Amino acid sequence: MDILAIQFLNSVFYASILFLIAAGLSLIYGVMRIVNLAHGSLYAFGAYVTAWTIGTLAAGAPIWVLFLLLPAGAIAVAVLGALIEPTLLRPLYNRPEEYQLLVTFALLLILEDSMHYLFGGVPLTTGPVIDSMGTIPVLGLRYPAYNLLVIFIGIAAAGFLWAFIYRTKFGVILRATSQNMRMASALGLNVKRVYVLAFALGCFMAGLGGAVVVPAQAAVLGMGIEALILAFVVVVIGGLGSLEGALIGALIVAFVRTAAIQYFAEVELAVLYLIAAIVLLVKPTGLFGRA
Amino acid sequence: MQTKNARGGPSTALMLAGVAAILIALIALPQIADVYQTQLLTYGLVFAIAALGFNLLLGFTGLLSFGHSAYFGLGAYSAAFMVRYLGIGSMEVFIVFGLVIVALVSAAFGYICVRHTRIFFGILTLALSQVLWTLAYKFFWVTGGTDGLRVAFGNLTLVGGLIDFKGRGAYQAFVHNYYYYVLFLFCVCTALMWVITHSPFGKALQAIRDNETRAQFLGIQIRRYRWLAFLISGSFTGLAGILWVPLNGLVTPDVLYWPFSGEIVFMTVLGGFRSFAGPIIGAVVFNYLRTYAVASTEYWQFLLGAVLVILVIALPTGIVGTINRVYGKLTGRS
Repeated sequence: MDILAIQFLNSVFYASILFLIAAGLSLIYGVMRIVNLAHGSLYAFGAYVTAWTIGTLAAGAPIWVLFLLLPAGAIAVAVLGALIEPTLLRPLYNRPEEYQLLVTFALLLILEDSMHYLFGGVPLTTGPVIDSMGTIPVLGLRYPAYNLLVIFIGIAAAGFLWAFIYRTKFGVILRATSQNMRMASALGLNVKRVYVLAFALGCFMAGLGGAVVVPAQAAVLGMGIEALILAFVVVVIGGLGSLEGALIGALIVAFVRTAAIQYFAEVELAVLYLIAAIVLLVKPTGLFGRA
Repeated sequence: MQTKNARGGPSTALMLAGVAAILIALIALPQIADVYQTQLLTYGLVFAIAALGFNLLLGFTGLLSFGHSAYFGLGAYSAAFMVRYLGIGSMEVFIVFGLVIVALVSAAFGYICVRHTRIFFGILTLALSQVLWTLAYKFFWVTGGTDGLRVAFGNLTLVGGLIDFKGRGAYQAFVHNYYYYVLFLFCVCTALMWVITHSPFGKALQAIRDNETRAQFLGIQIRRYRWLAFLISGSFTGLAGILWVPLNGLVTPDVLYWPFSGEIVFMTVLGGFRSFAGPIIGAVVFNYLRTYAVASTEYWQFLLGAVLVILVIALPTGIVGTINRVYGKLTGRS
C-alpha cells in the first residue's frame, strides 16, 4: 500500500513535467498549426540553462537565491522562441507543412549541438536545491519534498494557462487566431505579434518543464529527443491543440509508464506508442481534439 | 520526361547521355578510387535506394512519413538475425527473406497509416517506428540492445556462394565486390522505380497527390493505391537496410530511432523531392556531407542543421530543382 502511494506520487510528478512540455507543444500546434520537432530540445535547453545557472554561475549562493533562479531556463527558452519564430518559421507559413516540419527538425539538430558546445558533454546537476527541501513522510516512507513542489507547479501552470486562454483578452485573441487566422487578421488583429507570443509562450512552458525537472534529475544530452516522443504520445492521446487533452494525456502516459516499469519493464515504451497508435486509429483527433 | 522539359530541364537525348555517362563513371570508379572512397560511395548508393523508396510516398503520393527508419532497421535486423541465429551467410537469402519480412510489416503498418494523411500520417508512422525501436532497445537478450548485432563480412557470400571473402586482402576484395553488388541492385531498383512512377499506377498516385477529390471522382481507389505505394516504399527502404548491414558490420537500435527517419527525409529534400533523380543525388551528397562533417568537426549535427535551414528557406526545390532552374535560365527556356 505504501509503495502504491509512492508510485502514485511519482506518476503525478511525472505527469506534471509531461504536461508542461506537451501543453507548449499543443499550444503551438493549436495556434500556428506547426508540429514543433524541436520542442523536446527546447525543454532540454531549459534544463541546461537552469542547471548551469544554479550549479555553476550562482554556486554557493544562499538557497533562496537558487530557488529564485529556478525559472532562468524557462525565461531563456521563451526569449529563444521569440527569436526563432520571426527568423525561421515566419518565411514558411505559405509553404506546405512538410517544410515547417523540416525546419523544426533542422532546429533540433542545431539545438542539440549548441547545448553540447555550450554546456559540454557531462551531465549538469543542481543537488543543493533538492537536498535543501529534504524529505517528508508518506505512509511510513520518505518522499522528496521537492517532487511535491513540482506537482504543485504543474497544477498551478495548468490553472494559469487555463485562466490565460479562457479568461483574458489575449486568450480570446489567441483562440480567434487559432480558429481562423485570416478572419482574425481581417478584423485588425496583429497576427504576427500573436504568433510570436504564442510561440514564445509554448517555448516558455517547455523551458519551465526543463527548469523544474533539473533539480530532481540531471540535464543530459539526448534528454530532449526522448522527451519529444513522450510529449507526442501525450498530445496524440489527448488531441493536438487541446489543453485539457494535454492534461489528461500526461496523466494517462505517466500512470501507464509508472505501472509498466513496475510490472512489465521490457515493453514499457512500446505500450505507450501502441496506445498512441490505437487512439490515432480510432479517433485521429485524440480524446479532446477538434476536427 | 515532358514534365522535366516543362520545368526547363534538359532534353531526353541529353538525359540519356547523362545517365550513360554517370553509369560508366560509377562502373569505372573503384579502379581509380581507393578502398575508403569506394566504401563511401557504396554507402551513398545504399541510402539512395532508401531515399528512392521513401520518395515514392513523399514526392509521388504526397505523404510525408517520419517513420521510414522502421523499414530500414527492420531489413537490417532481419539480416543480422539470420547471421546470429541461423548461421546463414548468403546475401541472396538475406535479401529474399528480409524483403518478405519488411513487406509483411510495411503492409501491416501501411494498412494502419494510410487511413490518415498530412500531419497525422507523419505522427502515426513515427509512433509505429518507435514501437520497433523500443523492442530492439529493450529486448537486449535477442537484439543485443545498444551493443547491437555484429555481421562480419568474413562469413558472407555473394551470388549464391560464388564469391566469398577469406584469406589475405579479404577486406579489399569485399569492398570491391560489394560495391558492384550494390551498384547492380541500385540500377535494378532505379529502373524498377522509373517503371513504377511512369506506369498508370504511378500516374494515379500523382493524381491523388495533386487532387484527392478529383482522383476519387475518376474512380481511383485512393486508400488502396496509397497502401500499395506504402508497401513498395517500405520494401525499397528495407532492401537498403539489408544491403547496409554487411557494409556497416554492425546494427544497433540507432537505425530504428526516429532521427534516422529525419535523415532520410533530409536526403530526399536535399536532392529535391519533386524530381525522380532528386532523392538519389540527395542521398549520395548527404552521405558525403555527413561523413566529412563528422570527420571535420565534433558539432556535425549543427552543420547539417544549418544546411537544412538554408535548403528549406532558400532552395526548397533541392539540388536537382535548382540545377534545372539554372539550366532553364541559361538556355532561355523556363
